[in-house]
Amino acid sequence: MSKTSVRLGVDIGGTFTDVVLEVADQSFSTKVLTTYAAPENAIIAGMHQVCAKAGISPDQIDQIIHGTTLATNALIERRGAKTALITTEGFRDVIEMRTESRFEQYDLNLTLPEPLLPRQRRYTLLERVDARGGVLIPLDRSQVETLADQIGEAGYDSVAVGLIHSYLNDAHERMIREVLAEKLPDVMVSLSCEVSPQMREYERFNTTVANAYIKPLMKSYLGRLKGRLRDEGADCDVFLMHSGGGIISLESAAEFPVRLVESGPAGGAVFAAHIAARYGLEKVLSFDMGGTTAKICLIKNQTPKTSRVFEVARTYRFKKGSGMPISIPVIDMVEIGAGGGSLAHVDALRQIRVGPESAGSEPGPACYGRGGEKPAVTDADLVLGRLDPDTFAGGAIQLHADRAEAALRTHLGADLEMDAPTAAFGLAEVVDENMANAARVHAVENGEDLSEYTMIAFGGAAPLHAGRLCEKLGVDRLLVPPGAGVGSAIGFLRAPFSFEANRSVYMKLSDFDAAKIKGLLSDLKAESEGFVRSCDARSDILCEFKVYMRYTGQGWEIPIVLSAAQAMAPEAETFKTLFEQDYTKLFGRTVAGLDIEITVWSVNATTPPDPVLREETTSGTLQAPVDAERQMFDPAQAAFLTTSVVQRAAMTVGAEVAGPAAITEDETTIIVPESRRAIRQPDGCIDVIRKG
Amino acid sequence: MTQPSNVAYQVMWNRLISAVEEQAQALVRTAFSTSVREAGDLSAGVYDTQGRMLAQAVTGTPGHVNAMADAVAHFIRRIGRQNIFPGDVYITNDPWEGTGHLHDITMVTPSFHNDVLVGFFACTAHVVDIGGRGFGADANSVYEEGLYLPIMKFAERGTVDETMIRIIRGNVREPDQLVGDIYALASCNEIGHRRLTAMMAEFGLDNLDGIAGYILENSRRATLERINALPHAEASGEMTVDGFDTPITLRVQLSIEKDRILSDFDGTTGLDKKGINCPLVYTKAYACYALKCAIAPEIPNNAASLAPFEVTAPENSIVHALHPAPVALRHIVGHFVPDVVYAALDQILPGVVPAEGAGCLCNFQVSLRPRSDAPAPADAVRSEVLTFNSGGSGARPAHDGLNATAFPSGVMTMPIEATEHAGPVIIWRKELRPDSGGLGTYRGGLGQVMEVGARDGHEFDISAMFDRVDHPARGRRGGTAGAPTTIAQDDGTPMRGKGKQFIPHDRRVQMAFPGGAGYGDPQARDKSLVRRDLLRGYISPETARDAYGMSEADIARIETARKSGDER
Repeated sequence: MSKTSVRLGVDIGGTFTDVVLEVADQSFSTKVLTTYAAPENAIIAGMHQVCAKAGISPDQIDQIIHGTTLATNALIERRGAKTALITTEGFRDVIEMRTESRFEQYDLNLTLPEPLLPRQRRYTLLERVDARGGVLIPLDRSQVETLADQIGEAGYDSVAVGLIHSYLNDAHERMIREVLAEKLPDVMVSLSCEVSPQMREYERFNTTVANAYIKPLMKSYLGRLKGRLRDEGADCDVFLMHSGGGIISLESAAEFPVRLVESGPAGGAVFAAHIAARYGLEKVLSFDMGGTTAKICLIKNQTPKTSRVFEVARTYRFKKGSGMPISIPVIDMVEIGAGGGSLAHVDALRQIRVGPESAGSEPGPACYGRGGEKPAVTDADLVLGRLDPDTFAGGAIQLHADRAEAALRTHLGADLEMDAPTAAFGLAEVVDENMANAARVHAVENGEDLSEYTMIAFGGAAPLHAGRLCEKLGVDRLLVPPGAGVGSAIGFLRAPFSFEANRSVYMKLSDFDAAKIKGLLSDLKAESEGFVRSCDARSDILCEFKVYMRYTGQGWEIPIVLSAAQAMAPEAETFKTLFEQDYTKLFGRTVAGLDIEITVWSVNATTPPDPVLREETTSGTLQAPVDAERQMFDPAQAAFLTTSVVQRAAMTVGAEVAGPAAITEDETTIIVPESRRAIRQPDGCIDVIRKG
Repeated sequence: MTQPSNVAYQVMWNRLISAVEEQAQALVRTAFSTSVREAGDLSAGVYDTQGRMLAQAVTGTPGHVNAMADAVAHFIRRIGRQNIFPGDVYITNDPWEGTGHLHDITMVTPSFHNDVLVGFFACTAHVVDIGGRGFGADANSVYEEGLYLPIMKFAERGTVDETMIRIIRGNVREPDQLVGDIYALASCNEIGHRRLTAMMAEFGLDNLDGIAGYILENSRRATLERINALPHAEASGEMTVDGFDTPITLRVQLSIEKDRILSDFDGTTGLDKKGINCPLVYTKAYACYALKCAIAPEIPNNAASLAPFEVTAPENSIVHALHPAPVALRHIVGHFVPDVVYAALDQILPGVVPAEGAGCLCNFQVSLRPRSDAPAPADAVRSEVLTFNSGGSGARPAHDGLNATAFPSGVMTMPIEATEHAGPVIIWRKELRPDSGGLGTYRGGLGQVMEVGARDGHEFDISAMFDRVDHPARGRRGGTAGAPTTIAQDDGTPMRGKGKQFIPHDRRVQMAFPGGAGYGDPQARDKSLVRRDLLRGYISPETARDAYGMSEADIARIETARKSGDER
């Protein structure tokens, strides 16, 4: 896309709709309250605001990129359409029986989340495909017609079709769609072989049901949005950010709306990836901490780590297993209940526990003085001297240190025989350790050593905690970019057009068929490139080839990246070497004497990222002007230290301040621990580096 | 160095728990048996140099809890401290020094930091085949149940014992799978070790003495606080279940005393001839699990938090089987232990524990082979396929029981698509079983029905591991019993609940797994829940009418609503 184009990024969040307009090198942003009944209204209002700021009219906008939590929220709040599931006879209850296990082993009163569709909305057909894709029981068309009549009479808006082993043979699912299209042309249909063609029926069916469930809502919304934008003069292309961090067409988003789930946080990861590119960083940990949750993502080679399954709508303290599995390409993030508003208590083991309960914005942490009595993370930050009570949120909220101290003393100190600062120290250490643990587990699952990483932090609470997190994780460098408040919407504008084409085809290395592989990967390449070409007629297109491999008999694969040359002239020996290298890195040793197999083939086509100006990293050339000094607690030193307070705005390029320091701005405060120093970079990032 | 602060200890404790979770995760990712990689039948933990368990991953198997807690001490004693070297990995499947049967492989890795032994990592996983008669109840002694691996070295100073691997390969039906799982177990300890040594470097620790003391003291004190808040009282509980040929009565005398709870199984039936006997270590695990759920659910498992729960039983009773009793299906008796403990505990703490549930997992293993009654197709193969399935759990004092959800075990079922990739088996049906939950103010969880056959050209043996055929789950406080187990071939040929049984070509096995029992008077059940249950087909119109007094008019209205897919 050309440098001169005018582009609008829009992120609909739970509270705010963020709008960013980029005109040439200039950027204009605004935040408007999300309008739940008709979310497009907030977009139109925001668009007019930024257009006015930029002095342009909406018809000058060339392209709009949009991400939204609407899909996620519809799933969490169960506001989807009247949806039916059609499945194989004998498997009506797959989405209800889940894994037949309890995600919390010790709770005798545990309740499991209800499936999206109650049992009376699940229908079966006599048919069966086996594990080799062969047909055991053919599907009788008249049986489908009878069921279609029933579905028509019941007045369903949307139908999900999920049949056993359809990822190997989709003929029956397609016949069902054909019949439904003939008999019930107004009913929307989602097939599991298209939405999520992967083995494991529970995940596949559930993903398809989720897609069908939100499809009428999202299709209608996207249609209205397009119309309203046109009416307001913005008759340009509208694209959607998807969960995997790429961009898809509005039509494709309307067909597969489940791919929009978590597109907002995905935008944040793309934002961080873009900064990584600007600094030429190969390994980055993005850390996004807001009021209620923190999200952590690994970004390697300036590309966020992706995964093929995740869980939405966790119902039980963010606990793994308590939500719904969705298997689609997704930016692989860990989300934990740790934000500025997260509340602390003392448990039976006399340990401090933090979150996932949050004080929210009402009543808020105790220090807001709005009736909150329990200590929150922000209360600890205040008592430890990290926040200035008079300038919080640009002075919009006066903080009360006495209330924070009282909450800490009453709810933590009394049980643990600690004074307020020690309790605050404990609270902050626990929440930081929770986040560090989440990051570590995530890194291990991906075979990564975080000490080689740079952290990029954004979101209101992240800069307060990122420095300590770096100490805990052995990370030497932290970047805090400007504009972090609307990071996701900026990220949308940085995202490439991309499409990942996948196929499940099993092949053992002992039956390696180079010609077949070449054909398969070429087909996938053509499919993914074709899609990207339809979004952008001129740009170069890059392709990444990936195969998922495992020892024959294992249930989980590891992704192996192939170069174009390796993909187009495949050799068994190369595949084996690449697999063994990665396997050893992840798990310590290879297994002797076993065959290796490939299960999934994937090609991701993408436009190249915007060319980024590589910013020179300057070492500190001048002292940043110190505004004031105050006492701030340094956890690594376990003591209060005299700390420099510096205004971010007053730091010119190359200005440096040594920790302990607090760099303040309206939205947040960057804490520089005693072990670090901070330098202002030419692009406005604050670079927090380990001393020495 | 100076003594770390309490805050630092808290951080380290969290870190150890996260290290063992990572250890467990690595095992799932690298395992071969569906029992491990799909169902999560595994556990992982970290120990100090004395063999005291400091932290354990919360995985699918409470049965491994106490057993694993004791295992490492056995390894230290058998290997000998002077023979413990960096790079070593130890192995056993000893039912009495591991986790109760030969099918659980336990592996232990010493963890060295700066050349000094600082602790151990251990993990356990249930493998699909260990040779012998195959997984099932049919053996008459442990010698018939498979290959026995005494505590020994799998690897010494990093070098794997190839002789042992050859012996293992030569004695089991799925050698690649088993050897792959053994490597996976070794990998998973390695992951835990890497994390531990990184933590020790970060905090400048030379040993784990300080953090071990902190964890154990806090856990002990918290557990004792809970126990000492209970009334000092005694009560007894009893339950009879099917057994193999003759019924088994489990009996427990529960005594809550200062600083301890004693579960004494005196009066329980003696050994069974077949492999459903349970070593004490496994009985202890489930007795302790049941009590912890009810009394101290949030206190993590470690040596100190488990110690106050004491369990005794007469030697060679079915809950304290000694060598060489056959013990392959020790889980059947083990999984019933919580129901018996709750029968007693309910008298001391009313309104806390659930009604009886399906209890033991509804597992079966099929041994498939080319058909023998006619020429088999060329691609017919031999294969071992194990599945874990669940009946309904018992209704709770204020909630319905969970449908088709394991309790007390916490393992997952395998996706049927994964199961069908493991061998030429076909799962024709796996869905909820209407009307199987016991009636009550709160309904028992529904069981499930399954139907299993083989791909064309194959016949098979099915090893059944079911109970509650003659002894369904009993209701509490007016709730009624759950539905019993049934099993037969699709042509009506009757089958037994336990033991290996031959299924000819083209026949299928039809099974209905038990429901949980109800809690409280059915007449007091909220009418809207009865309507919901009927609408969803959890109960039949007859049950709605006869058991809950629903009018014919209401029933007709709900039947109409169901046809149009209404939500109420």
